[in-house]
Amino acid sequence: MSHTSHTEAHGAGAAHADSHPPQSFFHKYLWSTDHKVIAMQYLFTGMAMALVGAFMAYVFRMQLAFPGMSVPGFGVVSPGEYNAMITNHGSIMIFWVAMPVLIAGFGNYLIPLMCGCDDMVFPRVNRLSYQLFFLSVLVLIASLFVQGGGFGGAWTAYPPLSSVAKYNLTPWGSLLWIIAVALEFVAFLLGGINFITTAMNSRAPGMKAFDVPIVVWMIVVASLLFMASVGPLIAGAVMLIFDQTLHTGFFDPARGGDPVLWQHLFWFFGHPEVYVVLLPAMGIVAEIMTVFARKKLFAYRMVIYSVIATGVLSFFVWAHHQFIAGIDPRMANIFTVTTLLISIPIAELCFVYIATLYGGSIRLTTPMLWALAFVAEFLIGGVTGIYLGASGADIFFHDTYFVVAHFHYTFFPIAIIAVFAGITFWFPKMFGRYMNETWGKVHFWGTIIPFNLIFIPMFLLGMAGEHRRIYDYTHFPDLALPELQAMRILATVALLVMLAFQLVFLVNFVLSLMRGARASKNPWNANTLEWTAESPPPHGNWAELPNCYRGPYEYSVPGRELDYWPQDEKA
Amino acid sequence: MNIPTGRLAVWWVLVSEIVIFGGLLASYLMNRLTHADWADQAAHTNTWIGAFNTLVLLTSSLSAVLAHQAAEKGDGPKAARLLWLTVLGGATFLVVKSFEWTHEIREGFTITSSGFWSYYYTAAGLHAFHVLCGMILMIWVASTAAKNQELHRVENIGIYWHFVDIVWIFLFPLLYIAK
Repeated sequence: MSHTSHTEAHGAGAAHADSHPPQSFFHKYLWSTDHKVIAMQYLFTGMAMALVGAFMAYVFRMQLAFPGMSVPGFGVVSPGEYNAMITNHGSIMIFWVAMPVLIAGFGNYLIPLMCGCDDMVFPRVNRLSYQLFFLSVLVLIASLFVQGGGFGGAWTAYPPLSSVAKYNLTPWGSLLWIIAVALEFVAFLLGGINFITTAMNSRAPGMKAFDVPIVVWMIVVASLLFMASVGPLIAGAVMLIFDQTLHTGFFDPARGGDPVLWQHLFWFFGHPEVYVVLLPAMGIVAEIMTVFARKKLFAYRMVIYSVIATGVLSFFVWAHHQFIAGIDPRMANIFTVTTLLISIPIAELCFVYIATLYGGSIRLTTPMLWALAFVAEFLIGGVTGIYLGASGADIFFHDTYFVVAHFHYTFFPIAIIAVFAGITFWFPKMFGRYMNETWGKVHFWGTIIPFNLIFIPMFLLGMAGEHRRIYDYTHFPDLALPELQAMRILATVALLVMLAFQLVFLVNFVLSLMRGARASKNPWNANTLEWTAESPPPHGNWAELPNCYRGPYEYSVPGRELDYWPQDEKA
Repeated sequence: MNIPTGRLAVWWVLVSEIVIFGGLLASYLMNRLTHADWADQAAHTNTWIGAFNTLVLLTSSLSAVLAHQAAEKGDGPKAARLLWLTVLGGATFLVVKSFEWTHEIREGFTITSSGFWSYYYTAAGLHAFHVLCGMILMIWVASTAAKNQELHRVENIGIYWHFVDIVWIFLFPLLYIAK
């Protein structure tokens, strides 16, 4: 970058600061187009929904461990309520927690700050995206309180259960549920278009494609995956709504339809969706690992190529959810092979992270603990996925608690562990204060240990043949054995302990927000551009927009006095 | 890659639209191939009205191109007039379609009559919804272009309009010609 253009950038920066005057409370927090405010709206809405989803998990786990008891804070759980709880727990945790927090929350916060621009390229579209998302939250919450109760056909909403009121007995709940999901998809399509175009067109002068931090790459690839996979399900949602309300027969074999068609439309989206939320989580972990290992990210370009390979492969694995749905066994062979193939790039990412740690000067801060735990726990999720991806084994494991445990060993690291890693890491930037490290570590161990005690018993229960969609196991003598019931009680007690420890986080979060030690611009001595803005960054992010001179991971460069080298520091 | 941001976003919108229509049409095709009897239902669609609408829509895309050309030359008012002509084409399309559907529903072919009619009304309805949205956006773009403002939007709305056109080029043979 020549000296002249640098000065020009400064001149542009001065004019740019004027274009963001102070705003009233209403404009700043409720009607804002500032990407950071929208990020916070997504983050806090997602965290609030996580509490709703967690409450549901508490209620149905209590029913499973102590069938028929009056659950404190809820009462006796009826079969219909049990179904509504498991369905909405799944929907909420994926669509209203993982998606808004990981993609929309961190994406909105990090993309402009890490690319070195003042805001998203379409700030008003961004605001509209959150407003639609918020509307979808209201519709979903409303669906729990209408006549007949919330939808109870599981989060995958297979017809005919989801499409025929006579079967699901929740005509309003199921309709509002699918409307809420469709609205949410539109919100994230708008957000995704913003993320991709911003990362493509608004990078700091000098920032080439391979100077972009991994987490931004990951969020952009995730947005692309979402955009390219959700379409068929949007069409499917329209068809399902018509089946429910106009009584068409898209998914009714008696009238020329096909219920398996929904499964194809759902999983064509549903499986890439796993990677849509996984990739931002892996990006967050990559950022944290290089900062706290004080080492360059191992094989930066290889990570990007692996992510792209994962994205492409993720479109060819969906039918592994349908091995027992009556698909052609020859097709099952193909999907077994593709499913096992996709574990290669993901395993490679895990190896890259381990190689990044090797020989680094590791600092075990709270965010680093979460990042390390992510790799360890996700590995268990990944390895058990091999059993389920192989059609022969899946025929036995299908719809057992083995699947539930596997799924949670992938999604819990994604939606909870990586999110806590990200929040504790960027907290000083977001709010200008440090979080308390001691209480952060207490919360970490209080979450990780009970998490394993919840889901390891479920692997064992699944292998013992426990089917996942049963309300009361005492009705099934083969599954009501005392040793199986003891494991169910263990899982439930561990859940109670884990939920109790979340209070530590909430208190730490609120107290640090008010009274934490003031953080400087760059508390972790990190390289990426967001650490060159004020903490917290003002509307417009920088008084003068930064230039970029190097890649994001120049840590411990030989011959340099400091062990970090910010991207905006002139050579 | 120096694509202007607005146009880039339109292309990404189209990517997501392609998979929406792609999913719907793939579902229709898979079912159509396994249901030989749907051909008897399809025989009741009016190919001539469909052909007329195809012609109307294609012509309206021509005026969208001419509007883009005028905008490139900086002639906002002319671009706006041509956009209004395109809106007129879209309106003609929708009016013809509503008469066509009224006739079909009176004949007893409703969305619940059979699988074919369910797909027919859903796919064509989703397309008509896109035509309507395009018209509303185009009126908005035309009103700013008339004041010589935001002329780059003329091209962007044109790209979207061509896409809506191309979707119809797929729908017309699949729903009207295949009998």
